[in-house]
Amino acid sequence: MSIQEAARRAQQATQEIITAMATAPRGVVVDSPPGAGKSTLVVRVAGELVGQGHRVMVIAQTNEQVDDLAGALARSLAHDSELRVGRLAAGTYATPQRLAVHANLIAAKTTGELDGCQVVASTAAKWATVKTDAPWPWAIVDEAYQMRSDLLLRVAGLFEKALFVGDPGQLDPFSTVESDRWLGLSWDPTRSAIAVMLAHNNDVPVRQLPVSWRLPASAAPVVSAAFYPFSPFDAATTDADRQLGFQTAAFGKTAIDETLDMAASSGWALHELPAGHKPRTDREAVAACAALAARLLRRGAVATSERGDAPVTADRIAIGSAHRDQVAAIRAELARLGCDDVIADTSNRLQGREFDVTIVLHPLSGRRDATAFHLEAGRLCVLASRHRHACIVVARRGIPELLDAHPSAEPMHLNVPVKFPDGWEAHQSLMSHLARHRIQAS
Amino acid sequence: MTALTSLARIEAASLGRAQLIRTVRHVHVSDRPLVFIPLGLAGEPCAPLAALVGDDRSAPRLLVVTSPLNRDERFAFAASLADVVLGYIGSYLAGPEPADNEPYPDAPQVIVPNAGGVAFARLLGRSTRFRPAVGEGAVPAAVPVLGRWLTYLAERSHPSASLILTATGALAAHWATGQSAVEDENLATLLAWIAPPPGLNGADAALIAEDPARCPPAGPATDPGFDRDVLSGRLTAIRDARLIADPAAERRAVTALERELREVLAPTWRLVWQAIDLLRALPEAGHVAGRRKGDRLSFSGYARYLAEGGFPQPRKDAAVDAARRLVRLESDQQRLEAQMAYDDPLVMAEYRMTGEAFEGVVTRVEPTRLDESGKKAKLRPWIWVETADEVTAGPGTELRSPARPGQKAVVIDVEPAPEGSTLVTLELQNGMGRGLVPAAGSVPGADDVVCYTTLTLDFQAPPAFPSREDTPWTHGGPPPEYVPTELDRTEAWDGADWAGDAYAAEVLDGGLADQ
Repeated sequence: MSIQEAARRAQQATQEIITAMATAPRGVVVDSPPGAGKSTLVVRVAGELVGQGHRVMVIAQTNEQVDDLAGALARSLAHDSELRVGRLAAGTYATPQRLAVHANLIAAKTTGELDGCQVVASTAAKWATVKTDAPWPWAIVDEAYQMRSDLLLRVAGLFEKALFVGDPGQLDPFSTVESDRWLGLSWDPTRSAIAVMLAHNNDVPVRQLPVSWRLPASAAPVVSAAFYPFSPFDAATTDADRQLGFQTAAFGKTAIDETLDMAASSGWALHELPAGHKPRTDREAVAACAALAARLLRRGAVATSERGDAPVTADRIAIGSAHRDQVAAIRAELARLGCDDVIADTSNRLQGREFDVTIVLHPLSGRRDATAFHLEAGRLCVLASRHRHACIVVARRGIPELLDAHPSAEPMHLNVPVKFPDGWEAHQSLMSHLARHRIQAS
Repeated sequence: MTALTSLARIEAASLGRAQLIRTVRHVHVSDRPLVFIPLGLAGEPCAPLAALVGDDRSAPRLLVVTSPLNRDERFAFAASLADVVLGYIGSYLAGPEPADNEPYPDAPQVIVPNAGGVAFARLLGRSTRFRPAVGEGAVPAAVPVLGRWLTYLAERSHPSASLILTATGALAAHWATGQSAVEDENLATLLAWIAPPPGLNGADAALIAEDPARCPPAGPATDPGFDRDVLSGRLTAIRDARLIADPAAERRAVTALERELREVLAPTWRLVWQAIDLLRALPEAGHVAGRRKGDRLSFSGYARYLAEGGFPQPRKDAAVDAARRLVRLESDQQRLEAQMAYDDPLVMAEYRMTGEAFEGVVTRVEPTRLDESGKKAKLRPWIWVETADEVTAGPGTELRSPARPGQKAVVIDVEPAPEGSTLVTLELQNGMGRGLVPAAGSVPGADDVVCYTTLTLDFQAPPAFPSREDTPWTHGGPPPEYVPTELDRTEAWDGADWAGDAYAAEVLDGGLADQ
C-alpha cells in the first residue's frame, strides 16, 4: 500500500469514529494496533469536540503519557489564541522542559485553576481525586486497555460520554493479590476498563484503526496474524519505504554480524544460542543482547524511511525482556560495553514506546517450564511490536519444544470471556515465523 | 520465590533440615486459639464428615456426621459446630462493651491445618449463612450465625490478618524446606522437615510422614485407602442398623465410626499444636501488634453489625464493594511487605538483593550542615554511606531507614568507591528536633551500620470510591438494594432444585462468582 493510500484509509477511519461519536449514547471504543496513530486520533478528536464547544477531559495512565498528550494537544490548538490546554498534576509535579515551550499550556494542582481551559489532561489516579457537580460532556480515555476497571469506577462519574482508546494486544492490567473471588463477575475490578465498560454497555460501538505507521511491511502481517487474528491491520509503508543499512561491512564472519545482516535484510532475526536450562539472568543471553546493540552502533547503522535517512543512535535501540533482574543484568553489560544510552527495560515499561531496532530477550529462553506469566500474549506482543525497522530475538534453542510440552492449562471459568489470542498460540505463531530468520550462535 | 528463599531451600535439601528464613515471627499467635480440623466426604463439594475442634489442646471435641449425605444431619453437625465456635467467639465479646469505634480487648483466632481447611470453612459458611431459622427448611438459629462468622473468617484469610491461620502457611512463611511448595501444604511432611524426630534427618522423616497410614492426611480430604477399607464399611453398618431399626447395633456402629475418625484426626491435632508451639517460640516482630489491632477493630465492627441484625454476606460483591476490597487488599499487602522488611533483617536482605535497599557503614557525617538557600536556614545534615550492596536509587530518591522510620533521607549522589563498593551521599530532612542542632541520636554517627530503603511505612489514606448508589454507567449503574432471598441459598449442585435453564444459569452465575 502506498503511504497516500494508508493516509486515506486512516483519515476515513477517523472520520467514521467522529461520526459514530456524534450519535453514540455513551461513547465509542477505538482499538488501535501498535503504532496506528492513537495520539493523532486523540488530538484530532479533542480538536473536533472543542470545535463543537465542548470541554474535554483527557485521561491517561502515566505522567509521561499525559505530558506527551498535553504537548501534542497544545501544539494542535495553538492556531486559535483563545484555546488553552490544562495539565492537572500533583503538587510535586515539575513541568518538563519540552512542555515549557507551549504558551497555551497551563499546569495546575486543582481543576479550579484550569476553568479557562477547553481541554484538561491528567492521569486517571489524579482525576480520581477530583470532585465535580456537573459532569464533563466528554472524556478521552487513553491506554484504556491498560487501565484497571477499579480506577475507571473512580473516575467514570466525572464524565457523561467517553472515547476509549487503546491497544487490545498489549499487557492486561494485573493485581498483586489473589483475585479469584471476582472471576466471572462482569465488573471484576482486575479486568481492563474497556472489558468492564463493554460488558455493561453492549451498544457502545467498537472501531479500529486500520494501518500501523510504526511497524514495517515485514512486521505488520506477522504481528497482525499472531496477536490480532480477528482484527487484522496492514503496514502503512512498503518494503521499499523502510531500509536498514550499515556504513561499514562486517569483517570476518561472526554470528553477531550474521544476525545483524539478517535483521537488516528481512526485518527479523532469531539469534539462537545452544539449548540449555539457565537462570533468568542467563549470562550468555544477556551478553548476546548487549553485544548485538553495541555492534549495531559500531557498524554505523542507518535507517532509511519515509522520514528520510537517519543514523540509528543508541536511544533508537531498545532491549526488552520480561523481568527486572534481566533488565538490570543487561544494563550492567551495556555499561561495560560503553553503550549506556541504549534503552533496556521490561515489556511493561516499553509499552507505548517506539524504536528503530529492538532486541528481545525471549521470555521463554532457557526456561524449563512455560508459566502463564511467560506465555502471556500481551508481553510478547509489546516486545515484538516496538520497532520501525527490525526486531532481533535472542533465545536458547528449544522454545517450540518447550511450548509443545506446556500446552495452556489455565482453568476455564464460566462467564470469563476467552482471551484471544491465546498466548501459547501467539508464541507458536511468532516462533514459526522466526524459524525462517534463524542464525545459530555457538 | 526470592533468591534467598531459593538458597535456603537448597541448603535445607542438602542439610536435610528446614532452614529458618525469618529472624522474628510475622504473625500473631493467640494465647487461646481455636483449632479446627474439618474432614469432608469425598466426592461432595461440602459434605462434612467429622471435625476435631476446640481451644483446649488436651480436650478436643469430636463432631461426627453418621450419614454425610443426609442434609438434616449436615445441619445438625453445623449446629454442634456452632455451639463450639460461637461459644469461643462469644468469649471475646463477653466483657463490657467498648466505646464506639473502639475494639474489644482481644479477638479470636481460628487455626486450621492447611489452605483446604479455610476453603472448607468458606464453603460451609456459604451453605449455612442464608438458612432460615423459621419457616420452611428451618435450621437451628445458631446455624446461619455460624455461617456468617465462618464466611467472615474465611474472607480474612490473608497474610496481613491473623483471625484465621493455616498451620502450613504460617510455618512455610518462616521456614524453608527441601521439598516443593506444593509438598509444604502437607502439614506432616512440613513438620518433619522443621522438627524431625530424634535420630532422623528432615528428608527421611518427611518420606515417612508421606505415608497416609502413619500420618493420615490433615483434611479436609481423607485418604482414599481409609475411605475404601474403613469408612465405607462403618457408614454401611450404620445405615443397615437404621434400616432394620436396631438401636443397639446402630449405637455400636456409631461408636466404632467415632473411634476410627478420632484416630484419623488425632495425629493432625497434635501436629497443629506442635506448629503453634514452634511459632510461639519465635520472638514476635515489632509490627505484629499493630496489625493485630486492625484485626480487633475488624472483628469488633463485624460483631456489632451482626448484633444489629446485619444481613449475611452477599454471594457476590457489587462493583463498588469489589473495587474497594481489591484496593484494600493491595494496600494491606504492600504495608505488610514494608513492615516485615523493617522488622526483619532477613526480609530486608531480599530487598538488598534486588537493589531496593542497601546496608553500609557511615564513613562521614556533617551533623550540623545547614541549608541556607531559603529565607531561613534549615538543618539538613549530610551523611556518607559506603556499601557493598548494589544501589539502584539515583539522586533525588527519597529513602527511609528502619532505625529511624519517620526520617526522610534524600539521595544527593551515588559514586563508585574502592573495591567495587559504592559511596552514597544522603541528606537528612526531618526528625531531628526543632533547633539548628540535631537532637541526640537523631543523626547516625560515623562508623554506624545503617540501612536505607525505598520502602516506607507511611500511611496512605484509602482512595475515595463512589457510593453504591452512585455506581457509574460503565459498571452497570446502581445495583438493586441487597436483600438476601431464597435464591441465595440454592446451589447449582442441589439437583432437585434445578428447574429450567434460565433459573439454573442464574444460580450458576452467582455460585461460581462466590467460589
